[in-house]
Amino acid sequence: MEINNIIKDSNKVYSAPRLLDEVDMHYCPGCSHGVVHKLIAEVLDEMGLTEKTVGISPVGCAVFAYNYIDIDWIEAAHGRAPAIATAVKRLWPEDIVFTYQGDGDMAAIGTAETIHAANRGENIVMIFVNNAIYGMTGGQMAPTTLLGQKTSTTPFGRRVDLNGHPLEITELMKLLDGTCYVTRQSVHTAAAARKTKAALKKAFQNSIDKKGTSVVEIVSTCNAGWKMSPQKANEWMVENMFPKYPPGDLKDI
Amino acid sequence: MDGEVSLLKGNEAVAIAAVRYGCDAYFGYPITPQSEVIETLSALQPWETTGMVVLQAESEVAAINMVYGGAATGKAVMTSSSSPGISLKQEGISYIAACMLPALILNVMRGGPGLGTIQPSQADYFQATKGGGHGDYHLIVLAPSSVQEMVDFVTLGFDLSFKYRTPAMILADGIVGQMMEKVVLPPQKPRRTDEEVRKECPWAANGREGLRKRNIVTSLEMDPARMEVNNHKLQEIYREIEANEQRSEEIGTEDADYLIVAFGSVARICEKAREIGLQQGKKIGIIRPITLWPFPKKAVENAAKGKKGVLVVELNAGQMIEDVRLAVHDNLPVEHFGRLGGIIPSPGEILDALNEKLS
Repeated sequence: MEINNIIKDSNKVYSAPRLLDEVDMHYCPGCSHGVVHKLIAEVLDEMGLTEKTVGISPVGCAVFAYNYIDIDWIEAAHGRAPAIATAVKRLWPEDIVFTYQGDGDMAAIGTAETIHAANRGENIVMIFVNNAIYGMTGGQMAPTTLLGQKTSTTPFGRRVDLNGHPLEITELMKLLDGTCYVTRQSVHTAAAARKTKAALKKAFQNSIDKKGTSVVEIVSTCNAGWKMSPQKANEWMVENMFPKYPPGDLKDI
Repeated sequence: MDGEVSLLKGNEAVAIAAVRYGCDAYFGYPITPQSEVIETLSALQPWETTGMVVLQAESEVAAINMVYGGAATGKAVMTSSSSPGISLKQEGISYIAACMLPALILNVMRGGPGLGTIQPSQADYFQATKGGGHGDYHLIVLAPSSVQEMVDFVTLGFDLSFKYRTPAMILADGIVGQMMEKVVLPPQKPRRTDEEVRKECPWAANGREGLRKRNIVTSLEMDPARMEVNNHKLQEIYREIEANEQRSEEIGTEDADYLIVAFGSVARICEKAREIGLQQGKKIGIIRPITLWPFPKKAVENAAKGKKGVLVVELNAGQMIEDVRLAVHDNLPVEHFGRLGGIIPSPGEILDALNEKLS
C-alpha cells in the first residue's frame, strides 16, 4: 500500500489539538498537567468556544498555562483565580470563563475565594489539579497531602498533630448550593483521560446553560515532587490517593 | 439631569458619580467609614439601569482581585475601602499596576495603625504615594477636599487611569467621606458597549473574537532582561505622569509671609486658620496638593519662595512633609503640625502651631 493511501483524513484516528501551541512545555516528564492542558484545548475547540473563552491561570506549576493553550488568559495572584473569574464572567456574561487551580491555590491560600465563588453559583468552571504537593516551589506540603506522605516540609511524613488533616475541598464544594456539577477524575490511563474529557465537556456545557459552578477535580501525579518514576507515581496515586480522593461524580444536577 | 444640585455625603456622592460615569462594575467589602458607597450603589440598583455590576465580595482581597479581573477585560471597574481594608488590597493593586491596567480605588482613610479607629485620618499618605504593595510602581493619587471633588475625581480618576493604563486612587480622609455638602452631579454617561471596549482596549483579555491573537494579562516574566524592560516601561509612564499631571490649588500664596501645605479636608480647616491669621495681621498662604502622586513639586517650590517658613498640616505624624521638604530643598524652615488618632484640629490650634513653630 502506498503511504499516501494511508495518510488521509478518513484514516485519521488522532491529531494534535489545534489550540495547543507547538512549544516545549516546562512540565516535568510524567506530570499530569500536560494531559489536562491537552484535554482542555480539545474540548474548547470541539465545543467551538475558542473566541469566547477566558482562562484564569494560577500560581503554581500551571502558572504558564497561558503559554500553551491558544485562548485569552489572565494570570492570577496565588489563590485569587475564582475572584478574577467572577468579575470576568459577570462583565462578559456570554464568555466562557474557567479557573485552573492547584491544591494550594484551591484549598489553602484561595479557599475563601474558591468557596465563595462557588457558593454564589458563578457560571464558571473550576479545574482543580490535585497532586497533593507543592510542585513549583519544590515539593512542600499541600492541604491535600496525605497523612504519612513525605514532602520537604513534612520530611518524616504528614502528621495530624503537627500538620492537621488532608482537606477534602471537593467534598466541601459539593455541599454548596451554588455548584451544579462536582466531579473527581484522573488522567493516568487513556480510559481515565477520556472520562475526564467528558467531564470537562459537561462542565463547560453547564456554563453555557448557566447552571452554576462546575468543579472538575483531577487527581494527578507529581512524580518529580513525589520522587518517583512516572510509572511508579501512577501506581502510587491509585494505591494511596484514590482511597482518600475516590474518582467519580460527587454531584450532578 | 445636567447641573443637578444635591445634598450628599461624600461616600454617597462617589457611588452616584460612579454610576453616572458609566462605570462597569464596583466590587467591595463593607468597612467603616465608607460603607455608604456600596450601600448607595445597592439601593440605586444600577444593574437595572446602566447594567453596572455591583458585588459585595467575601473580602477586600477578593474585591481587589475582582477589580483586577474586570480591568483585565478592559472594563471600567472600581473598589472602595478604608485603611485596614486598603492594606489587604495591596497585593492586588501591585498586580493591577504591574499589568498596566486601569482601575479606580477609593480609600476613605481612618486612623491606624492596626485596627486603629473609625475616625478620620490621613495616615495612609506613605502607603498611597510611595508604593503600598510590593515592587516599583506608583498610583495616581487624588486627594479631594470636598464632596464636589469626590464626584469630580471619579471622572478624573477613571480618565487618567485609562489614559496612562495605571490604577488611580482617590485618597479621601474620613471627613470628606462622611460630611454632607451641596454637590453638582454630572449627567449620566452611557457605559461603553462591548464593541467599544474591544476597540479601545485591544490588549484586554475578553475572548479572542474574530480569532485575533490571544491576549495574556500577566505580571510574570522569568527572563530578568525582559523583566527589566517591563519595569522601564512602567517607569516611563510614571515620568510622563509626573511631567503632565501635577495638580494643586493655591490661596493667597503670592502675598504671604508664611505658607501652609495641607491636603484633603485639612486644607479647608487651614483656610479658616488663614482668615483668623489675616485678622491678626499674619499673612498666610495655602497650597493644597490635589495630586499627591505625582506630588506638585514645582508648585510647592514656587509657592514657598520668599516665605519665612512652611507649616505642613496633616492628620498624621508627618508624611507629606517629606515631599514638601524635597520640593523646597531646605531653603527655609519646614515644620509639621499633625493630630493623630482621629482628632481633627481646630483652626485656632493650627494658627497657634504656626506661631509657635515658625515665629
